[in-house]
Amino acid sequence: MISPRADKHFTVSKIHRPSVSKKTTATAEKKAVSPAPSKAKGANPHAQAPINAKLTRDAKIELHRKMVRIRRFEERSLRAYQAKKIGGFLHLYIGQEAVAVGCCSLMGKHDHVITAYRDHGHAIAVGMDTKPLMAELYGKATGCSKGKGGSMHYFDPTRNFWGGHGIVGGQIPLGVGLAYGVKYQGHKGAAMAFMGDGAVNQGAVHEAYNLAALWSLPCVFVIENNGYSMGTSQARSSAGELAKRAEGYHMAWGQCSGHDLYEVRATMDKFLTEAREKHKPAVVEIVTYRYRGHSVADPDNTYRSKQEIEEYRKTKDPIQVFQNQLLSEGVLDEALIEKIDTEARAEADTAADFSEASPFPTPDDIQKDVYWETDNPSERKSQGRLFFD
Amino acid sequence: MPQFTYREAIRHALAEELTRDKNVVVMGEEVAQFNGAYKVTEGLLAKFGPNRIVDTPISEAGFIGMGIGASMLGVRPVMELMFWSFYSVAFDQILNNAANVRYMSGGQINCPIVIRGPANGGTNVGATHSHTPENVLANHPGVKVVVPATAADAKGLLKSAIRDNDPVFFLENTLLYGEKGEVPEGEHIVPLGLADVKREGTDLTIVTYGRCVLHSLAAASILEKEHDISVEVVDLRTIRPLDIDTVLKSVAKTHRVLIVEEQKPFASVGSQLAYMIQREAFDELDGPIHRLATIDAPAIYSPPVETEQLPNPQRVLKAALAAVA
Ligand SMILES: Cc1ncc(C[n+]2csc(CCOP(=O)(O)OP(=O)(O)O)c2C)c(N)n1
Ligand SMILES: [Mg+2]
Repeated sequence: MISPRADKHFTVSKIHRPSVSKKTTATAEKKAVSPAPSKAKGANPHAQAPINAKLTRDAKIELHRKMVRIRRFEERSLRAYQAKKIGGFLHLYIGQEAVAVGCCSLMGKHDHVITAYRDHGHAIAVGMDTKPLMAELYGKATGCSKGKGGSMHYFDPTRNFWGGHGIVGGQIPLGVGLAYGVKYQGHKGAAMAFMGDGAVNQGAVHEAYNLAALWSLPCVFVIENNGYSMGTSQARSSAGELAKRAEGYHMAWGQCSGHDLYEVRATMDKFLTEAREKHKPAVVEIVTYRYRGHSVADPDNTYRSKQEIEEYRKTKDPIQVFQNQLLSEGVLDEALIEKIDTEARAEADTAADFSEASPFPTPDDIQKDVYWETDNPSERKSQGRLFFD
Repeated sequence: MPQFTYREAIRHALAEELTRDKNVVVMGEEVAQFNGAYKVTEGLLAKFGPNRIVDTPISEAGFIGMGIGASMLGVRPVMELMFWSFYSVAFDQILNNAANVRYMSGGQINCPIVIRGPANGGTNVGATHSHTPENVLANHPGVKVVVPATAADAKGLLKSAIRDNDPVFFLENTLLYGEKGEVPEGEHIVPLGLADVKREGTDLTIVTYGRCVLHSLAAASILEKEHDISVEVVDLRTIRPLDIDTVLKSVAKTHRVLIVEEQKPFASVGSQLAYMIQREAFDELDGPIHRLATIDAPAIYSPPVETEQLPNPQRVLKAALAAVA
C-alpha cells in the first residue's frame, strides 16, 4: 500500500554534503546539518534563516503576491482552455507555487533558470509579464515566443530564463551548459535546473550530474517532487531516494518541503551560495504537490484519491501557509490579502483580454525565427537555399 | 600553394578560430590529452590549454546538451563526436534542443554550436559505426549541414561554421583525413551553401558530395579517356543551405543527371535533389534522373564486400554509363 502522498513532507530540511576525506573514497559519508531549532512551538524556524530574516515587509508581500498571481493566472488559463481558446497541453503548476517563487527570488544577475514544460510558475517568478504569457497559450503573435512555443515552451533570456522544455529531462544538460557558460565567462552565478520526480530516471540527467560534479560547475539541480509523473507515483517509478543519487556523483544533496516558501528559500540559499562561491553543484529535492491532473487532459481519477488532494490543500497549500505566516508576522492583514487577490484576478483577466484581442501569427510567420541568418538577411554570409518546399 | 591533409586543414581551422575568438572551445571525447581519436585535434591542448580544449566523458547526450546550453549564453563550442554515428544517443539534444530552441523562443535564443566528426562507411567497423546522417540532420529546419570533400573546403567551411550563429553540423570522413590537397595560404573562408564545380563537362552532371566526389572524379577521368564522355562534377559541399542554382546551371548544360551519394537510398539527400531538379529543370532533362547510393542494407562488415556496398569508382562508372545511355 502506498502511503498517501500528503504525508510525505519534511518538517526540517536536510542537507547532505559529500565526505571531504581524501583517504577513503569507499563511502561518501553524509552529514545531516540540522537547521536552527524552532524557538516557540508552532513558530516557523525557517523564518529566522538569514536569507528570510533580512526580507523587508514589502519583499515579503511581493513574494506572496507572486504566488497569488501565478495561481490566478493559471486558473484563468484553465478557463480559457475549457472555452477552447487554448490548444495542446496545459500543465498547471497549481500547488507548487512556493517552489518556483522561492527559488527564483534568490536569483542574482548571473543566476539562470531552466525547467520542463510545467513552466508558467517559473516564468512569472522570474518576472515575465503575464500578458505575453497568456497570449502564448492563445497562440497569438504577441505571445512571449510569438505563438511558436506554446505552454511548454516559454523563454525569456533577458531574465535568464531559458525555457520551458517539452522532453522529460532533456533540459538538464542545457542547465549544466548554462553553468558551464557562467563559469567559462568568469561570472559569479549559478544555474538552477528544474525537473520533475519522473525526470530523474532519464539517462541525460545522470550524464549531466556527472559532468557538473566532474567539472565543478555551478549548477543546482532541483527536483520538484510532486509525487507523480503523469499517473505513476514515485513509488512505482523510482528506486531509492531521488536526491540521494547525488552521492553517486559525490555531490551534496538536500531535501526540503515545498509548501513553505521560507523553507525553500532557506534551503536553496545554502546550495546556491555554495554553487556561486565554490562552484559546487548539488541536487535538491523539494517535496511538493500538484492539485490538478498532470495536464488538463488528465481526468485525474486513476492514480490518487480526491481525499489525498483535499488533505494537502487543507494543510499545506503554499499560498495559505505563507499567508498565515505573514498574518502572524503582522505583514499581511485581511484587507491587503483581499486587495492582492483582487488585483491578481484582474491581472489574469487583463492578460486574457489582451490575448483575445491580439492577432494570430500569419502563415508568413511560420518560417521566421528558424535561422538567425534568414532573420538577419543583411548579415547573411551563407548562400543557397535554407528552406524547401 | 601549400599541401595539407584534410585532417591538418581542419586542425588549422580550429586553431585559427580558437585564436581569433576566446569564446570558442573545443570539446569531445579524447580531443585533448589523447590528441583526438583521429588526431584531428593533435597539439591543440598544448597550444590552448585545458580551458579551451576539453576532454569529456563518454556522455554524448550530456556533453552535447551542455554545449548547446553554453552556446545559448554566447560560448561557441565546437563539439567533436568521435563518430557521427553516436549522434543517436544525443539525438534529443541535437534535434530537439539545438534545432528548435531559436524557433520555440520566437527568435530570442541563438545556438551557435558546431558539432563535428566523421560520418562514413568503408572502414569495416560494421553497421553501428558507419552511419551517414546528413539527410536525417538536414530534415530539421534550423540546422545547417556541411560535408566537405577536400582539405581546402574542410578548412574554409569549418571556419564559416564556427562563425555562424546557427547550429552547424559538420560531417567529416575518416577515409579523407589523410588525403592531401592544396589549401590557400592566409585567411581561407568558404561560405556555407556554395557548391563547387570540381570538374567541368558537357555530357553528364554528377551531383555529389563528401568522399563520393573523389569517386566521381576518378570515374569521370575514365569516362573521358575510355568512353569519350565529358562529365561535370558538382560538389555540393553544404547540404543545408543547398546551392541548387549551381546544380541547375550544370543540368542546363548537360541535360543528364546522376546523383552519387554515400546514403541509404530511402529519403536520402539524393531523393531531395531529384525532386528539386525535376521540379525546377524538367524541360532541361533529356532522360530520367539517375542515382547511385549505398546498397540498401545495414553496413556490412566484410571488407571486400563493404567496398561494393558503397559507391566506388567502378560503380559510379557503371551508373554514369546507364545515365547517358
Ligand atoms: C522523453 C519523454 N517521455 C515521455 C514524455 C511524456 N510525459 C510528459 S510529462 C511526463 C511525466 C513527467 O513527470 P515529472 O517528471 O514528475 O514532472 P511533472 O509532470 O510531475 O511536473 C511524461 C511521461 C515526454 N514529454 N518526454
Ligand atoms: Mg512529478
